[in-house]
Amino acid sequence: MKEQRLVPEPEFESYYGRPILKEPTWKTPDVPLYLFLGGLAGCSAVLAEGAALTDRPDLERVARLAAAGGAAAGTVALIHDLGRPERFLKMLRVFKPTSPLSVGSFILAPFSALSGAAAAAQVTGLLPRLGRVAGSGAALLGPPLATYTAALLANTAVPAWHEAHRELPFVFGGSGAQAAGGLAMLLAPIDQTAPARRMALAGAVVELAAAETILRRHGLVAEPYRTGRPGRLIRLARNCTAVASGITALAGRRSRLLSAVAGATYVAGSLTTRFGIFEAGLASARDPKYTVVPQRERLARQGGGSAKIDG
Amino acid sequence: MGSLWGRLDDVQTDAGYGSPDEHPPRMGFFTDTSVCIGCKACEVACKEWNEVPDDGYLLTGMSYDNTQELGASTWRHVAFVEKPLDVPVEAPPADLGMPSMGPPDPQGAESGGEGGVRWLMSSDVCKHCTHAACLDVCPTGSLFRTEYGTVVVQPDICNGCGYCVPACPYGVIDLREGDGRAFKCTLCYDRLKEGQTPACAQACPTESIQYGELSELRERADRRLTELHDQGVDVARLYGRDPDDGVGGDGAFFLLLDEPEVYGLPPDPIVTTRDLGSLWRHVGAAAATVAGLGVASFASRRLVPRLLGTALGGRR
Ligand code: SF4
Ligand code: SF4
Repeated sequence: MKEQRLVPEPEFESYYGRPILKEPTWKTPDVPLYLFLGGLAGCSAVLAEGAALTDRPDLERVARLAAAGGAAAGTVALIHDLGRPERFLKMLRVFKPTSPLSVGSFILAPFSALSGAAAAAQVTGLLPRLGRVAGSGAALLGPPLATYTAALLANTAVPAWHEAHRELPFVFGGSGAQAAGGLAMLLAPIDQTAPARRMALAGAVVELAAAETILRRHGLVAEPYRTGRPGRLIRLARNCTAVASGITALAGRRSRLLSAVAGATYVAGSLTTRFGIFEAGLASARDPKYTVVPQRERLARQGGGSAKIDG
Repeated sequence: MGSLWGRLDDVQTDAGYGSPDEHPPRMGFFTDTSVCIGCKACEVACKEWNEVPDDGYLLTGMSYDNTQELGASTWRHVAFVEKPLDVPVEAPPADLGMPSMGPPDPQGAESGGEGGVRWLMSSDVCKHCTHAACLDVCPTGSLFRTEYGTVVVQPDICNGCGYCVPACPYGVIDLREGDGRAFKCTLCYDRLKEGQTPACAQACPTESIQYGELSELRERADRRLTELHDQGVDVARLYGRDPDDGVGGDGAFFLLLDEPEVYGLPPDPIVTTRDLGSLWRHVGAAAATVAGLGVASFASRRLVPRLLGTALGGRR
């Protein structure tokens, strides 16, 4: 049996080069946009609650609106992907812990209601107490909303997503924190956004570290994250995140303008990350190499399975 | 919720159909590709019986295969592989029990002659996995386990979310264009309930597709494998028969004459839900990290790096 791992392009057999897996039918931009909005909304709800507790009214208003708006827009993106609104309701007929989409629907639905109520109370000034209660509820559901979307992708047979199932939740959580902090840096006055800057910076560090781990740990399976269009998107996102972090650390406190620029760059980086990861999955499903070669290697490691016949 | 991974001797009981004597035996397919002649009677019979719509006609250049793949409107797919015989096969084509009609190839078909072509034909189908990823991830409950242990979609419940599509490790199920909902082989659920044989198995002229109780099919397949090995056909192997494999064994399994990937099958599929526990744990840890970051961002500037250190250090 030949060891084929060290040659640049691994040799493998396939059926006329056709994919083994079906490419995900989820639409672009609906689904990557939904992944981004979920992260933005979830982490904004956390930011809003912190702002309320520490008496930062402008930050609170921006974050509450981002949470409610992100959840509403995310729901629209999801429904657009499904085609018809009543199809979303079918998600709520059963609760299945084995289906991240089911679990996610039971996070998204109450989160949308609670963050919407909190934002409405904030904007109208009506029922402030209830608004705060709703806001706390949204803040509790926020982190799960920001991270469950990683399970959505990873709980599939798509090699680039599935094999990264330990790292993706951290990439998504960090990316969401970065987006929420970034948006607040863009829209809220500088004397109230210190926590937003810290959240964005910390989120960026988590995201970059987790994404780096995927590339380091997963070899061939992680190739779609490095090559082609998804690879370019991911590199662009990483540069955005790095630049934004640099500006934030150096001048985020001092310049309203630079803080806003860094914030917008954070948001752009987070959005681009989701498109890159989404498209890397599509590429990973399309090429039988990513299905066959790692499975062959696994069989070879186990020493069993059906060995190649060419002796 | 049934079990997610590993050996499972009674899928129906696991799915809530009561004790073994309260439900029918698990039914399945054994597709013996060594006797397949590539006539596509199974494809046609399936389309006709299940009223599966046409899904376009395309000349692919892939030997006699213009069907291409399983999908929402193709529930049996006959694969055609032409392998040049550059090396004399170690298996002189023993009598495989094939009818004498050879494939219409001028080179002399599956005879081991110099410059000849070795034909592989195989009728692929949904594997009706013991641990079916499509069923696990379906958020609506549209995909369900029948009393026969098969996996079936209910179109009236399916909302077209498409989650089942990338979840299937074999690339079987798909959304139907125009309709938007998911469809795949039902193992002729309606015919089973009437005590009939599924249409493809009924139509197969060479008994390449055999239908029956899974336990019996497995014994039959083992005997067939021994027979072929005794005849010197060392390349023969069973695929999806092992109840200890990554999907707990297939309800529809195969006898192949080459590596699975040559037929477009994954060599070592594993149901994605095997890692579900780890996945949710990591989602939980990441959510806690995000919450921690939030708290720390407001609490103190020095707390953030400290929390980060724990989160990253504690992560595997
Ligand atoms: S082969 Fe795919 S579609 Fe068929 S039961 Fe298994 S996971 Fe589901
Ligand atoms: S497309 Fe239909 S069958 Fe497939 S997971 Fe969604 S609801 Fe279930």
